[in-house]
Amino acid sequence: MKKLLVLLLGLASASVFAAGGGHNEYIVKAPLNLNDKVSLQHGFQLFVNNCIGCHSAQYMRYERAANDLDIPLEILQDNLLFTTDKVGETIISAMPQDLAKTWFGAAPPDLTLVARVRGADWVYSYLTNFYPDESRPWNVNNHVFPDVGMPHVLSNMEKDLGEKDFKQAMADLTNFMVYMAEPIRAKRIRIGTWVLIFLAVLFIPVYFMKKEFWKDIH
Amino acid sequence: MNLVQNLMNWVDARFPATKMFEEHMSRYYAPKNFNFWYFFGSLALLVLVNQLVTGIWLTMLYNPSGEGAFMSVELNMMRDVEYGWLLRYLHSTGASAFFVVVYLHMFRGMLYGSYRAPRELVWIFGMTIYLALMAEAFMGYLLPWGQMSYWGAQVIISLFGAIPVVGDALTEWIRGDFLISGITLNRFFALHVVALPIVILALVVLHIIALHEVGSNNPDGVEIKKNKDKDGIPMDGIPFHPYYTVKDIVGVVVFLFVFLMVVFFFPDGGGYFLEKPNFEPANPLKTPDHIAPVWYFTPFYAILRAVPDKLLGVIAMGAAIAVLFVLPWLDRSPVKSIRYKGWISKVMLALFVVSFVILGICGIKNPDLPVEFLPFHISYLRLGQICTIIYFAYFILMPFWTVKETCKPVPERVTEAH
Repeated sequence: MKKLLVLLLGLASASVFAAGGGHNEYIVKAPLNLNDKVSLQHGFQLFVNNCIGCHSAQYMRYERAANDLDIPLEILQDNLLFTTDKVGETIISAMPQDLAKTWFGAAPPDLTLVARVRGADWVYSYLTNFYPDESRPWNVNNHVFPDVGMPHVLSNMEKDLGEKDFKQAMADLTNFMVYMAEPIRAKRIRIGTWVLIFLAVLFIPVYFMKKEFWKDIH
Repeated sequence: MNLVQNLMNWVDARFPATKMFEEHMSRYYAPKNFNFWYFFGSLALLVLVNQLVTGIWLTMLYNPSGEGAFMSVELNMMRDVEYGWLLRYLHSTGASAFFVVVYLHMFRGMLYGSYRAPRELVWIFGMTIYLALMAEAFMGYLLPWGQMSYWGAQVIISLFGAIPVVGDALTEWIRGDFLISGITLNRFFALHVVALPIVILALVVLHIIALHEVGSNNPDGVEIKKNKDKDGIPMDGIPFHPYYTVKDIVGVVVFLFVFLMVVFFFPDGGGYFLEKPNFEPANPLKTPDHIAPVWYFTPFYAILRAVPDKLLGVIAMGAAIAVLFVLPWLDRSPVKSIRYKGWISKVMLALFVVSFVILGICGIKNPDLPVEFLPFHISYLRLGQICTIIYFAYFILMPFWTVKETCKPVPERVTEAH
């Protein structure tokens, strides 16, 4: 009976994890590396230069990002603060939300957590899948998010850099957005490794203590 | 040493400290043949303590208002306060872990007939804990004020609207508003952090007092109190402390390994412990594409959906939980443990477990889609209906097969020790 149970439970759980949902052929794997500080710094730079004109990241503070990404506060203050002069502020767009709604049809969403809502692959694929479409208000459309209200803000960058470098830049931006969605992600994995090693070692004395106490029980 | 002894004597003259410790630990005789399944009771207690301790700290960081809740979770807990993220992940993973250990603990009871006389009240107190736990988890899930918090609560509360005559008034009374709002959040917060924890703690005390009054069952379903030595100590019993305390510590370390692996490496639980839409703040104007309750409710959600009529569906869902309360009176077998029951009991229990797990899957999936893991075409709705029938058949038919089937002889004493 046990074997049957194990088999059926295995089958059932396999089916749960196999479930995908809506599939889009344009969604590809995002090349992520949360330990690559240079990539994250570049991503942060791209984010404040190109995204916060319209989007906020209201759950993220500039100072926190700078500290985590090894950016000196003077550099942050001189080069990366456009909407505030206080390093402790959260990343708030200067664009009035009600006006943005009339300009784009929908208010630009907050981006702090978008990598956790949609997934890193979605973000990366979205950023790299704009295409010309005369029928849309901004003459542009997106394969991953059809009929999206957002114009292709980075089209000049895409032309200047060429496909390969542009994809690398978008990978850096995605990397930063994944970091921003959960700033402690790299840290928790580091701590977790030590926690599990500690428990694995602790298991040994605890197991032999049990054996010692139970040696007379038959 | 003498000082400690004197102090203990002083206390014991005024409060039964030593007496209680002996009654519940060092002279509480538990059967010596507990197996793997007997770890989950103490683990449930561990998870409860985890929820209480992390929960107290989380209330210090949390802002229970419609405007501030999501911000306080994502900015204060997850980013500003040192290790706030750890408290939150311990609490959110703890909620799922609680249901994992409680489901396994309940399965143990069904496996070895731990609900049978004289342990009916142990079972009923336990079932009441389970019920309170479901309410606690449901209300806690609203607090992060994400999209799934909001719409999940919307779906569940609207179920009360199916009740004839008073339905609509009742849902309004529960929400405190015409739709889920900050007012609902305030009351759920109060119930989640004050009322239900008190209820759960009181029930846990009752559960343990009742258990220690009648003594623990064991995998053989043999009453160890029938065979006592000349000192009146059960011959197959061993003092809970130190034997089961040292054994449970091993279980705790193994459990923590798995639990903390999830906390540190997969806190989202693949989107099942923390659902993706819940990283978006609650928005009453935007319904998510697919609303599914958290995984531990999905078997009952599937039963609800299996019935085409809303009111009858709600009744079926209620009945699915209620029928567990009367389990002690449905099982009429001369033996307690599955080890000595006949083949029908074994097959039926296996079918029950499988249908419960499949119901859990059906509750997550879109009911109109076909089942991927079966070779023939069937929708999740239809599969859920079949499993609902099996679920209820297990209980309805139990009084008949348990008296009919041939059981194996039960040994006089317990058979093995681990």
